[in-house]
Amino acid sequence: MLTSDPWLILLVVVPLLAAPVCVLVRNATAAWVIALAVSWSIFAIAIKLLIQVLEQGEVFYRIGGWDAPWGIEYKLDPLGAFVVVIIATIGAVVIPYAKKSVENEIQKERIYLFYTMMLLCISGLLGITVTGDAFNLFVFLEISSLSSYVLISMGQDRRALTAAYRYLIMGTIGATFYIIGVGLMYQMTGSLNIADLSTIMPAVADTRTVLAAMAFLTVGISLKLALFPLHMWLPNAYTFAPSAVTAFLAATATKVSLYVLLRIFFTVFGEVDLFATFPLQPVLIGMALAGMFLASLSAIWQENLKRMMAYSSVAQIGYMVLGVALATEAGLAGGIIHLFNHALVKGTAFLAIGAIIYSTGAVTLRDLRGIGKSMPLLMAAFIVAGLGLIGVPLTAGFVSKWQLVTATLEADMWPLAALILLSSLLAVIYVWRIFEVAYLRDSHLPPVKVIKKLPMSMLIPTWILALASLYFGTHATLTMDIAHTAARQLMGGM
Amino acid sequence: MIDIPDLIGLLNYWVVIVLMMSGFYVVIAQGNLIKKIVGLNIFQVSVFVFYISMGKIEGGSAPILDEAVKIYSNPLPHVLILTAIVVGVATTALALALVVRINAAYGTIEEDEIQAIEHEEEDVAC
Repeated sequence: MLTSDPWLILLVVVPLLAAPVCVLVRNATAAWVIALAVSWSIFAIAIKLLIQVLEQGEVFYRIGGWDAPWGIEYKLDPLGAFVVVIIATIGAVVIPYAKKSVENEIQKERIYLFYTMMLLCISGLLGITVTGDAFNLFVFLEISSLSSYVLISMGQDRRALTAAYRYLIMGTIGATFYIIGVGLMYQMTGSLNIADLSTIMPAVADTRTVLAAMAFLTVGISLKLALFPLHMWLPNAYTFAPSAVTAFLAATATKVSLYVLLRIFFTVFGEVDLFATFPLQPVLIGMALAGMFLASLSAIWQENLKRMMAYSSVAQIGYMVLGVALATEAGLAGGIIHLFNHALVKGTAFLAIGAIIYSTGAVTLRDLRGIGKSMPLLMAAFIVAGLGLIGVPLTAGFVSKWQLVTATLEADMWPLAALILLSSLLAVIYVWRIFEVAYLRDSHLPPVKVIKKLPMSMLIPTWILALASLYFGTHATLTMDIAHTAARQLMGGM
Repeated sequence: MIDIPDLIGLLNYWVVIVLMMSGFYVVIAQGNLIKKIVGLNIFQVSVFVFYISMGKIEGGSAPILDEAVKIYSNPLPHVLILTAIVVGVATTALALALVVRINAAYGTIEEDEIQAIEHEEEDVAC
């Protein structure tokens, strides 16, 4: 059990080293080839590690051979492995897609920097997931955040710059809150190792210092997570970032923040009766519900497709947090499975939007009349994603909403179940608006013109994610099993 | 009851809180993008002071394995803060670079003026 597994560190080191190589070659195509090779090998390693974790239990790596808690330890449990696979999958799908999309949206001489930042971002996100050290997590959080600010600022519109700036301010406040929280915990426990913290924590959990730490950690991570009402940075950042970046960040960055929240709540404070010690549950449920409704309502009024999907993301984060806030095994499983399914669904949606922008140059609803006829294959994928957002049976979204509703019923909170269903109706409205424009509106007028033919390298990745969301909507056993295993472990009953 | 020696003993932490809150206030209240970054820096520095104070023990020396050294300060928080300082520098550099680009694109670094320009653009687009 205590053997070090070098594959674990490779997940982080390979993209981290490949990033400066991209800077050195200074060539767009070469940088793309490097990024492609790295993202696919990461994907292979992630799958290998997931299988290994599910079959043999946790995987460790001790940096420099120092034993934990003195050295930094990397550790992968089922939840971590699941999140690593999500990041790796999205990375492996987005990089091939990015080639054409980026050539269209970013100046040629800056493209190699785009791949550099992409690799750094992947490395940071994977680092957050595999590290077993609370401070090391902060460092990776900043690596991924700094690179995502740069990626967002590469958007064509000048508003991308202000969006990136706002995200930088909010993100830095969030990350600083996180280290204040870690500092307060360190003061009480003298440890930074997450596993070690969880054994010491029960002795000090009811002190005011730990209460303050909990408050700082929760608010800091919620900022990164874009939990309503701390989501103000997200809509503009997603709207003005290059399409490939939006797809990548929407499917991974907020998900990883949710993972950090789960780690803090259920691993660091795993031995503590979390919601009895801290007045968290009503706050989290309240914010989750507010997000589900208000963000969905905002989504309905949006003309810009990207912004509509961004608000929809804020709403979907509400569902995940709701599952977490139930703090039951079923609720956590619901949150975790929604994390996976939403990554697929929102990834598909943003990839499809990126393809629409590439082909027609338009992104607002009124410019996209009859797009369903001009680009039938692509819009079909988009509609699959839309159905997934609503949670229609046979799509991945259904599986997770079903699990969440079951969880609320099990926890005797049936009003929540009703509210989940009710807020899904709001998703019906905004998805319907897109459907109406794409297929029904003014069908006697000629549909929107396709200026540039959509390359296969963009259509295929979109469909891979769309098919994956259909597959996991109909064959949910595999993902549900992993989510349940992860949830059971978080709740402490292995 | 307020214990005066305790109050003085916790001086560092008072400084931390005052710095933290004033930095945070500047970030929120200032409309000038550069001043916001200054506020953000003050906010981060307060955390550095917090970590460094936490490791210090009165009369403690450096942690050296030696007969003469009986009490020593914990060096770990100091090392952590070295990392955090580097991260802070990187963040500041990136933020300033963004402000330069924003200034080139909008011709101003006042938040309200930028927002006015953005609103105008959106009105034209609609």
